Amino acid sequence: MSTTLSVPSVPQPQPQRLSGAGQTLPPGRPPLLSGSMADRLFAWLACGAALLTLATLLGILLSLVVGAWPSITQYGLGFLTRSVWDPVQNEYGGLVMIYGTLATSAIALLIAVPVSFGIALFLTELSPAWLKRPLGTAIELLAAVPSIVYGMWGLMVFGPLLATWVQQPLQALFKGVPYLGALVSGPPVGIGILSAGIILAIMIIPFIAAVMRDVFEVTPALLKESAYGLGSTTWEVVWKVVLPYTKTGVLGGVMLGLGRALGETMAVTFVIGNMNQLNSLSVFEAANSITSALANEFAEAGEGLHQASLIYLGLVLFFITFVVLALSKLLLNRLQKGEGARA
Amino acid sequence: MSMSTSTSQKLINAAELAQARRARYATRKRINQIALTLSLAAMAFGVFWLVWILWETLRLGLGGLSLTLFTEMTPPPNEAGGLANALFGSFMMVLLATFVGTPVGILAGIYLAEYGKQGWLAPATRFVNDILLSAPSIVIGLFVYTVVVAYFKSFSGWAGVLALALIVVPVVIRTTENMLLLVPASLREAAYALGTPKWKVISLVTLRAARTGVITGVLLAVARIAGETAPLLFTALNNQFWNGDLSKPMASLPVTIFKFAMSPYENWQQLAWAAVFLITVAVLGLNILARVLTRQK
Repeated sequence: MSTTLSVPSVPQPQPQRLSGAGQTLPPGRPPLLSGSMADRLFAWLACGAALLTLATLLGILLSLVVGAWPSITQYGLGFLTRSVWDPVQNEYGGLVMIYGTLATSAIALLIAVPVSFGIALFLTELSPAWLKRPLGTAIELLAAVPSIVYGMWGLMVFGPLLATWVQQPLQALFKGVPYLGALVSGPPVGIGILSAGIILAIMIIPFIAAVMRDVFEVTPALLKESAYGLGSTTWEVVWKVVLPYTKTGVLGGVMLGLGRALGETMAVTFVIGNMNQLNSLSVFEAANSITSALANEFAEAGEGLHQASLIYLGLVLFFITFVVLALSKLLLNRLQKGEGARA
Repeated sequence: MSMSTSTSQKLINAAELAQARRARYATRKRINQIALTLSLAAMAFGVFWLVWILWETLRLGLGGLSLTLFTEMTPPPNEAGGLANALFGSFMMVLLATFVGTPVGILAGIYLAEYGKQGWLAPATRFVNDILLSAPSIVIGLFVYTVVVAYFKSFSGWAGVLALALIVVPVVIRTTENMLLLVPASLREAAYALGTPKWKVISLVTLRAARTGVITGVLLAVARIAGETAPLLFTALNNQFWNGDLSKPMASLPVTIFKFAMSPYENWQQLAWAAVFLITVAVLGLNILARVLTRQK
C-alpha cells in the first residue's frame, strides 16, 4: 500500500528513472531512489548467487587438479592404465578402480534399462488411472531412500541371499566349464561386482523410469491414436511409435541413470569388498571402485602421493560423470526443443 | 475351363491369405501379451524392492529402538550406548547447511526465473546446476577437503556444513525456478502496474505465490542431505563423544552407520540398524510431506 502512495506520479518507473536525471518529481523522489537502489542491489544478489553456481563447478575442477597435481606429474595419463595400488611401496595406478566403477555401472544399466522401460510402459499405457499416482510415488520414493540404507541392506540382507541362491547354484552348474566357471568363482559371501551392480540398478531404476515416463507422456495423443486406429497392438504403438518419437529423451534418461551409478558411493562401498585386485574375472570376487576407494582410504591417507592419487581418481570420476551428465542434459534439451518446433 | 481354374485359384489364394493373416494376427497378439506381462513384471519388480527394503529396515531397526538411543553417546565395541552425539551432530549440520544453502539457492533460482531472459549467464547456470544436481557427492567432499580441511589442517563440523550446503543449493535452485515460472505473468504485471519496484514484486508477490513450492524444494533438499554420507566422510569425519563445537570433528548419523555396519561387533550393528530406521523414517516422511504440500496446491 505504501509503495503505491509513494510513487503516484510515476506509472512506469523503469523509463522515468532512466531519463529523468533530477528535474521532475519533487516529493516522491527519495523513496523512489532508495527503491531503485534496492532494486539494483537485489539484482546483484541474485546474479551473484547464479555466478556462485558456476564458481562452484570451476572451484571443484581447479581444487581437484591442484590436489592431484603431484600424482599427475608423476604418472601422467598412464595412471589410468596402471593396475598397481600399493600405499606401502608408494606406487599408484587407477585401473582397478576405474574398471570396478565401469563394470558395476554397466551391470546396473543392463538391468535397470529394460526394467525402467517396462515400468514407464506400465505407468503410461497399462495402469488404471487410480493406480498411476500411488505406483508413481512408490517408484519415486525408491529414489529418495538414502544410499547408505541400500548399502546396509545390501551387505546384511541381500548379499548373503545372492550368494546362497545364485552364486552357489551357478558354481555347481558351471563347474569345469572354462570361461563361465571363472566368471562365477570366488568365496560365497555375496560381495563383489555383481552385488554392487544389482544394488546400483535398484537405485537408478527410479531415475530412468521417471524420465522415460515423462517423455512417453509428451508423445502427442494424435500419433498414438492414429496407430491404434490402424489396428496396432499396445506393444506396437509403444515400440514403433512412442519409442522412436522419444528416443533422445529416453537416451537422456539412461545417461542420467548412468551418471548416478558412476558416482554412487555408499551403496557400492558396502558391497564391493574393497580389494585392489584384477586377477579374477569373477563377478563374485571382491573388487574396488573409485568411490569406494575414496570412501575407505582418503581420511587415513597420508599427505603426498597417496592422497594426490586418490584426488586424481576423484578428478577422473568427476570428468566421466560430467561428460555423461552433460550428454544427458543435451539430449533431453534437444527433445524439448523438438517438442516446441513440432507443436 | 481356364476361367474356373483361375477363380478357384483365387479362392484358394484368398483362403490362404486369410489364414496367413489370422496367423500373423495371433502372433502379434501373443507378442503384445508377452510384452505387457513383462511390463507388469517390471512394475512389480520395482515395487518389490521398495517393500523389501522398508520391511527389513522396519524389522531390524525396530528391535534396536529405545529411549537410550537419544540419551547416551555412541559406545565402544560390545558396550551399551546410544546415538545421542550422532543425532545431535546430524541435526546441527543439516540445520546449518539448510540455512546457508537455502538463501543462495532461492536467489539463484530467482535470477534464472525473473532476470535471466537474455544473456549467457542464465542458460549456463541452468546447465551447470543440473550437472551439479547429479554430480557425485563424494567429489563435493573432496572439494571441501582440499579447500577447507587441508587449509585449516583439521576436520571440522563447519567443513561438513559447507559440503552439505553445496548439495542443498542445486536442489533449491531447480525447484525455485520451476515454481516461479508457474506463477502467472498477469500477477507480475498487476504489481508492476501499481508502480512496485522489481525487488518488491519478486519478494512480495511472485515468491509469495510460489511459497509452497519453494518450501517443498527445501524439504526435499533436507531429505537429501539428511542421508548423505559421502561428503561428510572427510569433512566432518566422526566423533565418538558429545561435541557442540563446530570447529572440531563432528559425529553424524550416516557416518556412524557406515562405521558401525562395517564392524564385526553385534551391538554396533544393532545400533546401525536403529540409525538406518531413524534416517529412513525421517527421509521418507519429509518426502511424503513435500508431496502432500504440492498436491494441495
